[in-house]
Amino acid sequence: MNRKVALFVPCFVDQMLPQVAIDTLTVLRRIGCEVVFPEDQTCCGQPGFNTGHWEAAAPCAERFVRVFSAYECIVCPSGSCTSMVRKHYPELLASSALRDEAAAVGQRVFEFSEFLVRVAGVTDVGAQFPHRVSYHPSCHATRELSIYEEPMKLLRAVQGIDLRPLPNEGECCGFGGMFSMKFGMISAAMGDTKATNLEQAGAEYVTTIDPSCLMHLDGVFGATRRKLKTIYLAGILATGERRAVDARVSP
Amino acid sequence: MSAASQEFLRKAVVKSSDLEHRAIIQRGMASYDAAVAKGKLRFANWEAARTRCAEIKAEGIANLGKYLTEFEQHILDRGGHVHWAENAEQANNYVVELARSRNVKTVVKSKSMVTEEIHLSAALEKIGITVWETDLGEFIVQLRNEPPYHIVTPAMHLSRRQIADLFREKLGENVEDADPARLVAAARVSLRRAFFSAEMGISGANFLVADSGMVAISTNEGNGRLTTTIPPIHVVVTGIEKVIPRLSDLATLWPVLATSGTGQPITTYSTLIRGARVAGEPDGPEEFHVVLVDNGRTWLLANPETEEVLKCIRCGACLNICPIFRQVGGHTYGTIYPGPIGSIYTPRTAGLSEWGHLSYACSLCTACKGVCPVKIDLPKQLLLSRRDFIAAGNVKPAERAGFAGFRWAVASARRFRLMGWMARKAMAVVKALGFSGGALDPMRMWTQYRTPMTVPKQSFRAWWRENGRR
Repeated sequence: MNRKVALFVPCFVDQMLPQVAIDTLTVLRRIGCEVVFPEDQTCCGQPGFNTGHWEAAAPCAERFVRVFSAYECIVCPSGSCTSMVRKHYPELLASSALRDEAAAVGQRVFEFSEFLVRVAGVTDVGAQFPHRVSYHPSCHATRELSIYEEPMKLLRAVQGIDLRPLPNEGECCGFGGMFSMKFGMISAAMGDTKATNLEQAGAEYVTTIDPSCLMHLDGVFGATRRKLKTIYLAGILATGERRAVDARVSP
Repeated sequence: MSAASQEFLRKAVVKSSDLEHRAIIQRGMASYDAAVAKGKLRFANWEAARTRCAEIKAEGIANLGKYLTEFEQHILDRGGHVHWAENAEQANNYVVELARSRNVKTVVKSKSMVTEEIHLSAALEKIGITVWETDLGEFIVQLRNEPPYHIVTPAMHLSRRQIADLFREKLGENVEDADPARLVAAARVSLRRAFFSAEMGISGANFLVADSGMVAISTNEGNGRLTTTIPPIHVVVTGIEKVIPRLSDLATLWPVLATSGTGQPITTYSTLIRGARVAGEPDGPEEFHVVLVDNGRTWLLANPETEEVLKCIRCGACLNICPIFRQVGGHTYGTIYPGPIGSIYTPRTAGLSEWGHLSYACSLCTACKGVCPVKIDLPKQLLLSRRDFIAAGNVKPAERAGFAGFRWAVASARRFRLMGWMARKAMAVVKALGFSGGALDPMRMWTQYRTPMTVPKQSFRAWWRENGRR
């Protein structure tokens, strides 16, 4: 098989969490995708859009559309950034010459787990992760993109994993982009509430499909001296021996 | 930074770390969540009911003038009075003058957020009138000299113990075991006396029914009916957006409001009022007045982007689901309407420059959008407020410079790589020097509440150049 996939790596993942993108790449290649990273990409514009700086966000969005318009299938290790492109570009670029192009590109951007399960039809990628794990359904992936079953299916297929139901799982972890800095005290309290729920679940690890939640939670766990650990979904899926499972993408 | 913004931050710091407060709210919300989940199951199709409510309210808003005049005509035909108030002052003046002219000494009120919004009680008290809040929650916060904590459950932030202490101090009622039934009985002793001595009853309205000229009120304690039937004068104070086209619309609106508000199938008392007592009726007021309050609502209506905000039926569902409300509680906002709807309503009606910070006090988790029974796109409204806030020039110089720099950096992949490299180096230095979280840390807004991030040696794009391509 030779499905060609373009990686859309969120700016903060590129700069601060490169392992997230490396693990995503590893899993995509394992299932037989040919992966390219368009090096002209920078940021999708979500930071500006969400803080009201639409004048700063619009050029980002236009740049994104130009960079990715040549690709048929775009995969992103973030539900929130995927949602920005798919759900919010039409509004942000409503008066742009690239409006229609933006809407079309939005339909070709897939969140990582969504791509694996819905597009590639893969749930077992041959991973092993013998730990107690809770899934945190990140806000934009769950509520804006309706992605929930996809990561759960992928996690259930991981060998040795002990999936723990998370109390009040749908409540926000407190990241919220600039919110985490403008209202750090509230953001941290929300993270603390999430941590308490994770402890109640008996989890060692929290995983999700939005690395930004994990970046925030990791800092909160540290500041509140908790033993909890964070791992992005692809980090779990990239583990383990490459078992001879039927994990190849059909053409 | 506006005074309101500073006050919000000050209170937010206190409440966010108040674990006792967090526990009380979590307990309250957990029982609300369970009741609502159960309540929704009573509907054959909850989503269809929401859609219907959204349509009804939208129809009312789109034809506001027509339906309000239709409503008014019915009231006038039956000898009632209708007063149109452009703002809080006009509304208060009308009620105060009415009270003065009828020599009113005591007023009983049933729960009404609009009267909180226009500070009607204060206006009445200023001319020496005694005002009794008769909803139990409102009664409690009035005794504490506090605004309501929540638009549906005004005293949800208080424990039974705190209420027992309050009653002992203010009413001289000793309820040692803080038993809820005995607390209610203690409040009732005071309230009954008030009901029978009051010369005026003031209520709000949940809906104004245009086709039949009726005021619909949903209550749970019976105080609403006492307020609107015992005193010789009944005054309804209500926002203009409450009007709905038809009486039959209540068949959907009433159960949806109750379910969203408390999880009930319908509130204990669902009352329809069409005017003063008529010949042959055993009870009811002798005079009936309706005060229709605008107070900024037509500004929302005039803007096609914000018009949908007027659909709000004040059920409180967005407050209850909001993870920020669940941390900071209702008093931190400093507004009459707290939570997501308040953070939209207040900046739009009371001024973006003073209140715009509230549109940012949200992680954009979008949970509120999913529970709003009239399908207001609350997250979108908050984003639009932010856009207008920035466009109007309400931005700190540092933030403006930050975004200008960001815009410059991300316009070129080469600059982005270079700036990213510099930022990572700077973060590594700050961390190595032990400055994290201190005054010299440019990332202190982050590190004040979190351990500093582990700074990777290289970005993904650098890694890709070395190892990724194949």
